[in-house]
Order: sequence, then structure tokens, then C-alpha cells
Amino acid sequence: MVKAIEATGLPIVHMCTIVPISKTVGANRIVPTVAIPYPLGNPELDPKDEKELRRKLVRKALKALETPVTEQTVFN
Amino acid sequence: MTKKRIVHYINQFFAGIGGEEKADVKPEKRDGVVGPGMAFKGQLTDVAEIVGTVICGDSYFNENEAEASETVLEMIKSYDPDIVIVGPSFNAGRYGVAAGAVAKLVDENLHLPVVGGMYPENPGFELYRKHGYFVEVGNSAATMRKAIPAMSAVVKQIIDGNEEVTGYMPKGLRENVFREERGSKRAVEMLVNKIQGKEFTTEYPMPTFDRVDPAPAVKDITKARIALVSSGGPVPKGNPDHIESSSASKYGKYSLKDIDDFTPENGQTAHGGYDPVYANEDLDRVLPVDVIKEMLANGEIGSLHDYWYATVGNGTSVANAKKFGTEIAAQLKEDGVDAVILTST
Repeated sequence: MVKAIEATGLPIVHMCTIVPISKTVGANRIVPTVAIPYPLGNPELDPKDEKELRRKLVRKALKALETPVTEQTVFN
Repeated sequence: MTKKRIVHYINQFFAGIGGEEKADVKPEKRDGVVGPGMAFKGQLTDVAEIVGTVICGDSYFNENEAEASETVLEMIKSYDPDIVIVGPSFNAGRYGVAAGAVAKLVDENLHLPVVGGMYPENPGFELYRKHGYFVEVGNSAATMRKAIPAMSAVVKQIIDGNEEVTGYMPKGLRENVFREERGSKRAVEMLVNKIQGKEFTTEYPMPTFDRVDPAPAVKDITKARIALVSSGGPVPKGNPDHIESSSASKYGKYSLKDIDDFTPENGQTAHGGYDPVYANEDLDRVLPVDVIKEMLANGEIGSLHDYWYATVGNGTSVANAKKFGTEIAAQLKEDGVDAVILTST
């Protein structure tokens, strides 16, 4: 899906937990996330901290979209 | 060794009858080689003889499949072949489908090996791959010179009785075999060999994926229109489109207008491949709607596409995923979206 969207010229960032799969499949901008059942959260944190964690990850994703890349890049 | 008997199936174009205007010619057979058969003859002369060529117009075959099939099969049978060659049909769709259908006829009725040559995206390959040894060839007849030796090599291996024929695209068939050693032991041995830098043969080759060039970066994200997409199955509570928990056949498109924050009451996951407890509790953990709305309000992003798109990436076929992606992208482009965030679980 990532590739089919990117093939139309739209920059896309893949936020996922299993980075090797994303790399194998061919995403070009990758932001690693927390865990499979809660990529953008962490139920062990209190709600405020959890939201802050999510905010940081999404900001990283926006940064990735603003970053020119020529090859598969993981934004840690 | 007596030479093996080969029958060659080709279309009206390669038989020199004519192009599109002759695509409705009925099946006919000619003794010996016709068209590309001459090149096969050169490659196979020591081991086989092309005893006959069966020709049919591509349109005729596809529009009158039942009738054409019967006639073509009878014509092939009349030469009493050991092997049948079809094509190569490159990326010619109707020719590929006809050649594939002939492969199926021969495979199912005469139980003979069939060798063909197709461009991997020829629909005839996907439809009939399990009925023959289809060699990967280029997408046009300009690559004929490469196709003939590659296909001939497979024919020779079959004639030699090779246990493991190589050089063709996988048929997509699974065969049950018994091994002396159990799987765990074979896997560990493979791993040890790999670590030691020794040779090992995988029992399950990973699929290869094509690549897409990175799209240009967004110049200023605070002016950009962003869209949210997910393969983690985030759907409105109740899963209104009944997206399957695995092997999804569809995706959903849902309005973001009235949702600023997911709660257990307005969102859930449809994904059947991970523990849904955390996503059902707070779907923002899969699709970050709460923070995106906040960023929209405080100007960190320019604007937000009105909908989110969701499917379940659990055993979903690559073909479906690709189709979903293409359809979603078209809608995003129409709405002037500049960049996409896709989350996966």
C-alpha cells in the first residue's frame, strides 16, 4: 500500500513496529513505533505521557516527510 | 536416443498470417516448423524435433474458447507429441491467455509437460502458471533472441529427465514431500551453515518486492495537506464495512470531521492478527487522530484530509494491498493531499 501510494508521487511515511518488514516491502521513509498492538501508544504510561509519546512520534513522521531522501531511510 | 516429438502452439501473428486484422482466424495445423519454431529447431535439433505447429488467431481463441480448445487439442494430439511449447507470448495479453489455456488443455488432457515464455505481468501467466513451465521473457518480441535459448534450456532439462528443472517462473504449486530430518533440525543446520558462511539452500524463498523511488519531500509541512491511512484495521465502532480480520478484500473510508479523539465508544480495530485490547481501549494508539487534530489546530500542519482510510494488513494479498493503495492515492490526489502518514501494526 505504501508503495502504491508513493508511486503516484505522494511522499508517504510508514510508521510501523517491525522495521525489517517495512524495509523488505520497500517503504522509503520509515519511523519505528512502540509495539505491534499499540504502535503509537503505551498503555503502561499515564494518559498524559502516552499522548506526549504519540505527539513526538507524529512530529518525527512529519519531519521525515519534510526530509529529502534518495534511499530507504529509517528516522530513529 | 530417439528424438522427442514437440508440437508448437503460436498465434496468427507469429505464423505470418497477419496482425490484428487476422486475429479471428480459426485453428489450423501445419507439419514441421513455422515462424519462431525455426529458432527452437536450431536449439533443440540434437534432442527433439518439432513435428507440427498449431496456429490460432488470438481473438478467435478467446472469443470461442470452448470450440477453439477442442480443435486445438485434437490438432496437438494428432501429432502424438512428448512435449508442447507455447509461445513465447511476451506481454501480449490475448496471446498469453490463449497460450496459457492451451497449456492447461495439454496438462489436464494429455498429461504432457508444457513449456511457455511470458513476461511476468502477462495475465496469461497468473491464470495458468500451474499448468506449465513458463520462462520469464521480455515484454516484446524484440527480446525473441533471448527468449528462445531460455525456453529451449527448460525443454532440454525436461528431456534429460532432470529431477529439478530450473529457469522458469514458479508454478505456485505446493507438493508434499517427506524428509528424513525433521523441520527444526533442518532449520538449525541451515542457520549454522549461514553463520559459518557455508552454502545452504532455503526451503522457502522469500518473495522479492519491487521498489518505488522516494517521492520528493514536502517543502513546508505547516502548509501541507496531510492524510491518514492505516493497515492496522482502525475502524469506527462496529466495523460498519465488515472489513475482514484477515485476508482483507476491501478498505474503508471514514470521516474525520466529528472525531477529535478516539474513545472505546467511537473506534475499534478490525485486525485479527494482534491483541485488540489496547486498540479498542484507545484507537489513537493505532491512528493518531488526537494529536493530528491538535497539530491542525495549532498550525503544525497546514490542513487535514477529511477522511481516514483503513484496511487490515493481516495475510492480505500483495495484489489487493496494491489495488487499495492505488485507489486511495487517487482520492488523495483529487483532494490535493501533499503527504501521507500510514501506520501499521
